[in-house]
Amino acid sequence: MRRQLALRIAVLLAVTLGLNYTVWRWLESVNWSAWWIAVPLVIAETYSFIDVAFFGMTMWRAKDRETPPPPSEGATADVFITTYDEPVEMVMTTALAARDIRYPHQTYVLDDGARPELRAAADAAGIGYIVRTADWADRPRHAKAGNLNNAMLTTDGEFILILDADQIPDPAILERTLGYFTDDRVALVQTPQYFTNVPDADPLGSQAPLFYGPIQQGKDGWNAAFFCGSNAVLRRDALMQLGLVGYVRETERTVREALKAGATVLARSRRQERDPRVLAALDEVEAAVRDAQRRLHAQDPISEVTFDFQRRVGEVSASMVTADVDAMRADLAAISAMSSGRHVEETTLTVDDAALRRLSSREWSPLGAIESVRALVAAVDVDRSDEAQAVMSVATVSVTEDMATAMRLHALGWRTVYHHERLADGLAPEDLGTMITQRLRWAQGTLQVMLKESPLTMRGLRWSQRVMYFSTMWSYLSGFAAVVYLAAPIIFLCFGVLPVTAWTVDFFARFIPFQLASQLLFVVAAHGVKTWRGQQYSLALFPVWIKATVTATANVWFGRPLGFAVTPKVRQDGGGSWRLVLPQLVAMGALVVAALIGLVRFGLGYAPWMGTFVNLAWVAYDLVVLSVIVEALRYRGYAGPTDGTTPGSPTGTPAVGSTSSSSKEGQ
Amino acid sequence: MTRMQLDRDVRPDGIAVLRPRGRLTMVAASDLKAVVDDVVAQGHTVVVVDLHETEFMDSSGLGALVGGLRSARAAGGDLRIARPSTQVRTVLELTTMDRVLRPHASVEDAVGAG
Repeated sequence: MRRQLALRIAVLLAVTLGLNYTVWRWLESVNWSAWWIAVPLVIAETYSFIDVAFFGMTMWRAKDRETPPPPSEGATADVFITTYDEPVEMVMTTALAARDIRYPHQTYVLDDGARPELRAAADAAGIGYIVRTADWADRPRHAKAGNLNNAMLTTDGEFILILDADQIPDPAILERTLGYFTDDRVALVQTPQYFTNVPDADPLGSQAPLFYGPIQQGKDGWNAAFFCGSNAVLRRDALMQLGLVGYVRETERTVREALKAGATVLARSRRQERDPRVLAALDEVEAAVRDAQRRLHAQDPISEVTFDFQRRVGEVSASMVTADVDAMRADLAAISAMSSGRHVEETTLTVDDAALRRLSSREWSPLGAIESVRALVAAVDVDRSDEAQAVMSVATVSVTEDMATAMRLHALGWRTVYHHERLADGLAPEDLGTMITQRLRWAQGTLQVMLKESPLTMRGLRWSQRVMYFSTMWSYLSGFAAVVYLAAPIIFLCFGVLPVTAWTVDFFARFIPFQLASQLLFVVAAHGVKTWRGQQYSLALFPVWIKATVTATANVWFGRPLGFAVTPKVRQDGGGSWRLVLPQLVAMGALVVAALIGLVRFGLGYAPWMGTFVNLAWVAYDLVVLSVIVEALRYRGYAGPTDGTTPGSPTGTPAVGSTSSSSKEGQ
Repeated sequence: MTRMQLDRDVRPDGIAVLRPRGRLTMVAASDLKAVVDDVVAQGHTVVVVDLHETEFMDSSGLGALVGGLRSARAAGGDLRIARPSTQVRTVLELTTMDRVLRPHASVEDAVGAG
């Protein structure tokens, strides 16, 4: 209680002082004569203020949960270990630990690599082994989400624990988490991820103790704790419901699009046709399309709308066939009348119902002659033949399936739980390249979800949940602000261009209290866990965040591929990895050179002492933050625990963790 | 839209041979009927329709063949069909029209069937 009070005071202070500063910056202190840097800077500062405000809101109801109740009698559980190309020994270490979880359960290895040696090892250990069914051949595989969806159809436990191949579970993991599900509304229990192959200094920023701790606890307070891909237990019923709702929505979308495209193509066909019969058929089909569109708009059930559409098109076909048959009968009668002198032949036309049905079927219908109609009729249906499974439970909308899945669960009214206890030990990337690929993938996934299924507009979410999801997405836009924060002091020191009207008492009287208050909020929220690495990386990985934003936008809006790669879990050769951080190294060089130029300009009397001092301090801060890149470059992989600390408890905090995905750097 | 292609050929003996290629459907039916009327009007009253390259026929296509038969008969001639594909043959059998338009194994057979 005392902690929450302290937190709320810190939140109020930071937000009030931040608002005071930001408003003053916009109204009083933008140097419009140098708008090209002044405006980007004030926008970047506003961005950061909003970020602080979101963080404040996250912390407002931070929830420290009591010990959960015991699992309900007879609850059944499956453990899924997802793998694609991780070494067999690694997967089996996790699988054996999973098999030995105390609570009764079934363990399955979900091998997307379909490796015979892994199957043999799993069989030998008495562990279930699942690969994709034949339905997935030549269809979108949807990576890990597809792997999970595939396994869901061949298993039956009420609850599903999902583990990445390198997350070794504690034997107690199920008995510590299943109890939350005694509340029927709970769909997900997420536990932290902690990495054991990370030294105390954590040069790659692998542990994200602020995210897996205060931030998830804060989101939990708003019923917005989210799924992070691993070390989480899900309720099968909730996932199935998600899959069914998603199936209906996807079908509706496909049908809606098909009808819309169909209307356009029919109009075009009409302009090209002169045959009155074809024109009449086009009219009929167009009327059916419009009717179907109207009914979809009126929220009529999709199955009825498509069924009626198909039936109506079928009736058009049947009437055309009947007309053809009638015309033939007339022709035959005329032939019969004139052939009196010739040999008598059978001239009656026998077309029974079965023949009529066949002739007017989708395959043979005269309507099929109109290519546009043929495609339309095939598309306006509910079989979703473009996907391997009609029902996809785990969201396939983004390359990281977890956040989208959690958001959809929340939109359906389910609750989620963040259980702050370390119940699995994982492995983090040990080299810069792998780490950057992984962060890029998380950022891309998060931004894809923001652009494709914005929490701001998704039906069914409460406003607080919208803000919780949006704030995580917001934090990934920081790359652009970082560039401005790096550029502004360089521009002043080299060219004397001031982005603010003056560095005066007015400025400092607003700026310093805001900065102090946000740092205070940070310290109170962190509650003793180390957050500096996260703060550093949120700025230092600016090229990654920018790349993620650009590629995710290009992907969602323009259909360009993401250049997506599975994050390797084995250390790769680190040679030449400086190229991966070239922008950061260039920025550091530019900062140093700018500092020297600034000093010279000050010495020659071109620059005021105050501006020079402020900007030198700014440069120093930027360099200290970016120095983490040098540490990361020098890191040669984990050498084992040092000075007697066990790998399990490096800082003495009870449960810190990092994240499989959707991580926030720092805040 | 894949339109039917229609080749026409008049043999030395005055018999016209028509070869519809592709899909003989509602949109192609009127073309076929017009061509049959045309060759019949030119005096080639015996018409053989070689269906070897007609991959698909619907009820309208069949209607065009029967309509052509009527024109040819009205002019004292005949319309015969040769070498139908499986699908075309199925449509003929389904409607019992194979008894009116008997499929011939080759154009020569059709010509000699008179």
